[in-house]
Amino acid sequence: MSFLLVQALSGLATAATLFLVSSGLTIVFGVTRIVNFAHGSLCMIGAYLGWSLIERFGGSVGGFWGSVALASLGAGVLGAAMEVGLLRRLYRSPELFQLLGTFGVVLVVQDAVAWIWGPEDLMGRRAPGLKGSVDILGQPFPLYDLVLIGLGPLVLGLLWLLFTRTRWGVLVRAATQDRDMASALGVDPARLFTGVLFLGSALAGLGGALQVPREAVNLHMDMAMIVEAFVVVVVGGMGSLTGAFLAALLIGQLQAFGILVFPQITLVLVFLFMAVVLVLRPHGLMGRAEEAPPAAATAAPVLRLGNRGGWIAVGLLALLAAAPLLVGDYAVIVLTEMVILALFAASLHVLIGLGGLVSFGHAAYFGLGAYGAALLVRHLGAPMPLALAGAPLVAGLGALIAGWFCVRRSGLYFAMLTLAFAQITWSVAFQWSGFTGGDNGLLGIWPSAWASGKAVYFWLTLALCAGALALLRRAAFAPFGYALRAGRDSALRAESVGIDVRRHQWFAFALAGSAAGLAGGLYAFAKGSVFPTLMAVSVSVDALVMILLGGVQTVSGPLAGAALFHLLESQVMRATDLWRLLLGLTIVALVLLFPRGVVGVLSSRRERS
Amino acid sequence: MSRLEVTDLARGFGGVQAVSGVSFTLESGELLALIGPNGAGKSTCFNLLNGQLRPDSGRVRLDGVDLVGLPPRRIWAMGVGRTFQITATFASMTVAENVQTVLLSRARRLFGLWRPASRQFRDEALALLARVGMADQADRPCGVLAYGDLKRVELAMALASDPKILLMDEPTAGMAPAERLELMALTAALVRERGLAVLFTEHDMDVVFGHATRLLVLDRGAIIADGPPDAVRADRRVQAVYLGDES
Ligand SMILES: Nc1ncnc2c1ncn2[C@@H]1O[C@H](COP(=O)(O)OP(=O)(O)OP(=O)(O)O)[C@@H](O)[C@H]1O
Ligand SMILES: [Mg+2]
Repeated sequence: MSFLLVQALSGLATAATLFLVSSGLTIVFGVTRIVNFAHGSLCMIGAYLGWSLIERFGGSVGGFWGSVALASLGAGVLGAAMEVGLLRRLYRSPELFQLLGTFGVVLVVQDAVAWIWGPEDLMGRRAPGLKGSVDILGQPFPLYDLVLIGLGPLVLGLLWLLFTRTRWGVLVRAATQDRDMASALGVDPARLFTGVLFLGSALAGLGGALQVPREAVNLHMDMAMIVEAFVVVVVGGMGSLTGAFLAALLIGQLQAFGILVFPQITLVLVFLFMAVVLVLRPHGLMGRAEEAPPAAATAAPVLRLGNRGGWIAVGLLALLAAAPLLVGDYAVIVLTEMVILALFAASLHVLIGLGGLVSFGHAAYFGLGAYGAALLVRHLGAPMPLALAGAPLVAGLGALIAGWFCVRRSGLYFAMLTLAFAQITWSVAFQWSGFTGGDNGLLGIWPSAWASGKAVYFWLTLALCAGALALLRRAAFAPFGYALRAGRDSALRAESVGIDVRRHQWFAFALAGSAAGLAGGLYAFAKGSVFPTLMAVSVSVDALVMILLGGVQTVSGPLAGAALFHLLESQVMRATDLWRLLLGLTIVALVLLFPRGVVGVLSSRRERS
Repeated sequence: MSRLEVTDLARGFGGVQAVSGVSFTLESGELLALIGPNGAGKSTCFNLLNGQLRPDSGRVRLDGVDLVGLPPRRIWAMGVGRTFQITATFASMTVAENVQTVLLSRARRLFGLWRPASRQFRDEALALLARVGMADQADRPCGVLAYGDLKRVELAMALASDPKILLMDEPTAGMAPAERLELMALTAALVRERGLAVLFTEHDMDVVFGHATRLLVLDRGAIIADGPPDAVRADRRVQAVYLGDES
């Protein structure tokens, strides 16, 4: 009994931190309508800043709490700077660009923090005066956690006062309700938004800094935090503070007790909870029944089925097929990966370019394909051809299940749901070590003897990927692709001419998933191994960047984007460790400069001339 | 049994009773105008008829079959086509492809993954576009058309499914006066040729009185007059709430 009480209390302590971070995210979303991926990074910065300050000044009570406040302030200032430098230019962009732009910041922060503080986990000092524990029905409970539990409601109360009793707060609420109203009230919206980013980021930083005495500060905090905060915000209802508070409480308890019952799959539990809430209460527990506003509709240009395209493809294929005769092994390996990534990007393009469905978790199906193939080899001793055939099936099945949930919602919610499912598959691969090898992955997944030469495996990859790409292209110009585009261009019109938009989207999700799965299977044999990182958010984002590089609105764009991306990645990574920093900056620059991608820009030049 | 029979239809939004107690019938060969001031509930009526909105109460029967609760695509499949007050077309497709997509939908071929869509039903699409005077723009992207032309494309798309009933929400908005009369003359011809039943809303009284075979007048969600043009024109209440402030 007392044990359960202590467990519940530690759930409350977790909830407090979760709430601090999520409240910032939800406030920022409410006003700017941007889901700030970098929110977790700001939390991490708060933690690192807090650690440094506490190391120096944290010996006294005043020094400790002063350090926490200063760290929070620092995160706030960085958030405000981010609003001025980046977000401000993205308010009217499609959500894909908003999410990607802020993810660029995540990458930059990761490398910058690693560069400043080093890659090791940092253990912080305990809070002076709160080092001991209290006795709760005979069980010890950390005093510091008790303080945290009190802090959650305190911050909620302060925020409530801020938003109801101050002029600034009232203006922010007005802007949350109606963005244009704020300017009608004679406020400078730019300054209001900067202020909101400051507040939201300071809350994230506070949440981070308060973690210092509880757990080691590390470089994975950003993703861990943002993903959990997403879940809280989505479950609570995007933009709702009380909703975030409620959701944080529920999820804190779910984690505290989930770890007792299913220690292996606590993450899965959390995400399943979110998926169920979203299906039952589409707008979250306290969300208003209003779809996130449609982002500025970028009128998609007409896709044309050119005759020249076919000949260019044949020529390119011939050139690629001849490559192993001309270049060395290393180049063949790079080419193999490039071709695989081209299929991966093209499969995502089916969803984004045709269906207007921005998936933030497409790596799940790449990973499912890779793991599907590797597991078939490992546990059933399947030969390579069978394992390769299994890859798209496993991934397609996974996509069929996840897709059923995901296509129920559109826009940002769709992105969040796909992300959630990707995290579920990731955590299964990561936590179920008996079956999947966990963090160590599965090694020794090599091609059959006849395909073990680099050139032969390249030709096999080329043949399979070219075949799959040709099928995807066919589908894009077949009635199926038209139905998908119809649903994207005007769901209203589509439904009123008999098109079952959701059914088409679901089918597209499965199709895209199995194509990604084939790519994943090929990747597993190319590398000889699979790891959970194949399903990480960053891999999903890589695919998005490839599409962005190539241009969303062309069928061939993703191929060019994948090639360019992989070339850059393999070259830059050889030259420097700051790949993520450079990638992040590139993403930010791309988003700001070429909202239609590189090929998109070229083709619009052509149209105009 | 009437082609379309609407009984006691009602729908509110929060405090606003947008449509209340609306009953009327519509027969083949009729060109029925639904008129009323802004906000009277005309578009809401249309949305209730084609399934986009669910009525709070009331019935809608098409050839005796109840439509309430069915999704728009099912109601469409049963023979109810519509155009929107704010045009909705597929902006990333050409004019012909817009119509072809509807034809493919009617033929239940939208899950086809192989044959290029742009080569299917092209002739049928061109014939429909010729009927509405858009044949010369068939290969232009829909996204760049003038508003009046979009309305015509919408009409061709609605006709593509060979509907029994056509709901047209302000079909001539954004057109020049001569174009308006032309489009309504075309609609009237279609009604005669195909035995269509058309329900349309319109703010231009010349169009309404020039072409409608019957008029329904809606005011604050309720029908206040139903009859032939001359009778409605003479109706005191109609003059007071509607025509009075027009002239
Ligand atoms: N989705 C909605 N939510 C809330 N109120 C609505 C909604 N749709 C319509 N209304 C309200 O219902 C009433 C009727 O609107 P409706 O669009 O049907 O009028 P209308 O006769 O078509 O007007 P107009 O001539 O301007 O097109 C209006 O008061 C409108 O504000
Ligand atoms: Mg209307």
